Amino acid sequence: MKIFEKASVASRKAFLNYGIVLVFFIVFQTLVSTGNISSALKGQLIPIACYMIMAVSLNLVVGISGELSLGHAGFMSVGAFTAVIVSSSMAGSSDMSSLIVSIIVAAVIAAIAGFLIGIPVLRLNGDYLAIVTLAFGEIIKNILNCLYVGIDEKGVHFAFNNPAALAMSATGKVIINGPMGAVGIRKISTFTAAVILLLIILVIIQNLVNSRTGRAIMAIRDNRIAAESMGLSPMKYKMLAFTVSAAMAGAAGAVYALNYSTLVPKKFDFNTSILVLVFVVLGGIGNMTGSIIAAGVLVVLPELLRKFSDYRMLVYAIVLILVMLVTNNEKLKGKIDTFFKKLRMKLSKGGRK
Amino acid sequence: MKKKLLSLILTGAMVMAMAGCGNSGATGSTGNTGNAGTTATATGDGALTGTLKLGVIGPLTGGAAIYGNAVVNGAQIAVDEINALGGGFQIELQAQDDEHDAEKSVNAYHQLQDWGVQAIAGTVTTTPCIAVSAEANSDRVFMLTPSASATTVTEGKDNVFQLCFADPNQGSASAQYIFDNKLATKVAIIYNNADAYSTGIYQTFKAKAEELGLEIVSETTFTDDTTDFSVQVGDAQSNGADLVFLPIYYTPASLILKQADSIGYEPKFFGVDGMDGILTIEGFDTSLAEGVMLLTPFSADATDDLTKNFVEKFTEKFGEVPSQFAADGYDCAYAIKAALEFYAAKNGGLDVTDLSAEELCEILISVFTDADFSADGVTGLGMVWDTNGQVNKEPKAVVIKDGVYVGM
Repeated sequence: MKIFEKASVASRKAFLNYGIVLVFFIVFQTLVSTGNISSALKGQLIPIACYMIMAVSLNLVVGISGELSLGHAGFMSVGAFTAVIVSSSMAGSSDMSSLIVSIIVAAVIAAIAGFLIGIPVLRLNGDYLAIVTLAFGEIIKNILNCLYVGIDEKGVHFAFNNPAALAMSATGKVIINGPMGAVGIRKISTFTAAVILLLIILVIIQNLVNSRTGRAIMAIRDNRIAAESMGLSPMKYKMLAFTVSAAMAGAAGAVYALNYSTLVPKKFDFNTSILVLVFVVLGGIGNMTGSIIAAGVLVVLPELLRKFSDYRMLVYAIVLILVMLVTNNEKLKGKIDTFFKKLRMKLSKGGRK
Repeated sequence: MKKKLLSLILTGAMVMAMAGCGNSGATGSTGNTGNAGTTATATGDGALTGTLKLGVIGPLTGGAAIYGNAVVNGAQIAVDEINALGGGFQIELQAQDDEHDAEKSVNAYHQLQDWGVQAIAGTVTTTPCIAVSAEANSDRVFMLTPSASATTVTEGKDNVFQLCFADPNQGSASAQYIFDNKLATKVAIIYNNADAYSTGIYQTFKAKAEELGLEIVSETTFTDDTTDFSVQVGDAQSNGADLVFLPIYYTPASLILKQADSIGYEPKFFGVDGMDGILTIEGFDTSLAEGVMLLTPFSADATDDLTKNFVEKFTEKFGEVPSQFAADGYDCAYAIKAALEFYAAKNGGLDVTDLSAEELCEILISVFTDADFSADGVTGLGMVWDTNGQVNKEPKAVVIKDGVYVGM
């Protein structure tokens, strides 16, 4: 208790997030191992963890760096398709090692994509930046729609626009078939791996935010001119946040892709980017805890609403609006804050006795 | 006051969500225990009895909703007919929405599992079907897809069967049909290169056309968001194509027809089963579709008793002429029933009520791959399946005349 009190507000918040993720993991892992979980929920555990990673990584750009990015799904798809290629070319290796290598390579390739896209995009500000990220998200999707990848004993072959151009030997297998996407993906993602990745990413983000670099990023967000006059390079720090965020989205994409046996580029369109942005906005911009909770709740919600059949998405929309209204209500926010303050005071009093 | 109301509503929503959680968990566990450890019970008289829980997965909302709803409606008619027959065999039908998305489709599949589904007629569209069939293959749940046509749906999965033609068959059958009937000398193709279905048919059509010596003078592409087809149609016109092959869904097809009409270009249009439904688009001038040909296994104006009965019932209940997808859904339910009857007759009866999905899966696989088994339906008589899960039946070409499909 004393250590906890001594710890700074920031690290207390950070430990709250690890706690939430661990509780989430332990509860559901116990439910799965005792067989008390519906298969509907069980099938969603890995996607939920992936969307949580997506939400916190986008929060790094939107909340911490203060740039509205509408193309985050593009980086997820780069990671996803990279993971498909890596995992199929490692067909002989064990599931565990294939998964780890796939995630790492996917994160690296997505980071490269993020860096390259960041060069032109981060020269812009505000609305212009948002629109250009949207465009790049669509460009990535359309490039993947034309991408054909095959594998044979000589290695991996790439081609654009035509599977015949792969020029493979007779034993070759097409892994990514343009708009038909990837089929026959090795299903090697596990819930445990997804949660470990989520924890690692939280550690990275929270330490980044509380470091000198993180404070520089936030200073540039809050007042660019003041920050520049202090000798901080906006481009460098924005680029850092953008690239790290892209790498994390790529890692999330890898885990997501290796959980399904098929994957099409169309999945990662504008709607998916907006979906992730909704998690961030509803959870509170800059608030990692909020992002995690919002992602979890909003991914499960449409499935829980299935009994409304035709009105399902309507109810979903109403819930979104209500949450938005409530979380933006200053008076209510104040009430909740004082409630937690009182609770904390009571707890600490109890602790001192 | 406002605040209180808001929080009340929100709490209400949360309670509902939690109730949903508890509920689905409960059905999941009862479904599992109910199914565990029971074996096939033979009643001895060769009769099929019991209640089958049949699930349908398809897009009931979103851009592809017309297909999913048609399949569900068609299957519903078949189930109503079967249940009205009495005789101890009943089907319980449940349809789940997948919004034409692989992730949602897997969720829908798990929902059906929690309900205790024994066999699945689905999924309706290709990409979701590939994802669900992989899950169903490892869980051993039998799937008969009404309309997911890619070969990858059935490849390497012994428990997945198709009621529709596979894409290669559609593409090559179209090329063959155009060649045999000398419909054209110069062919243009407009296809959606962001869509698995469209690209799949295009690839096989092109291969077959080259083999037959059909001249392809124009190949143009578009994506899902395209609303202006002037480039594609103009390219076909300037290259002098006298037939435009459209291996696409009906919404873009309707725009292409409009575009061609506005520039006074009048080639023959030839489509595949995705074109089915073009006459039901609201606000579309059906006179533009006059003379459009499409290859489909079902035509609603056929005069055989099966089709007449189905079309009559469907029109009465849903107020529209059934499309090929509705017919596929209808046939799926009947094909599964026929397979179970076939097994019951051979093995001295079958009570399906307590069968687990795994047991039923093995039974249905054995019947569908049985050389003696064939099913009759409105999309073809004497349908037989090979061990790959692909169906063998006659394609029919229909042409749109006076706003209805007429057999050619």
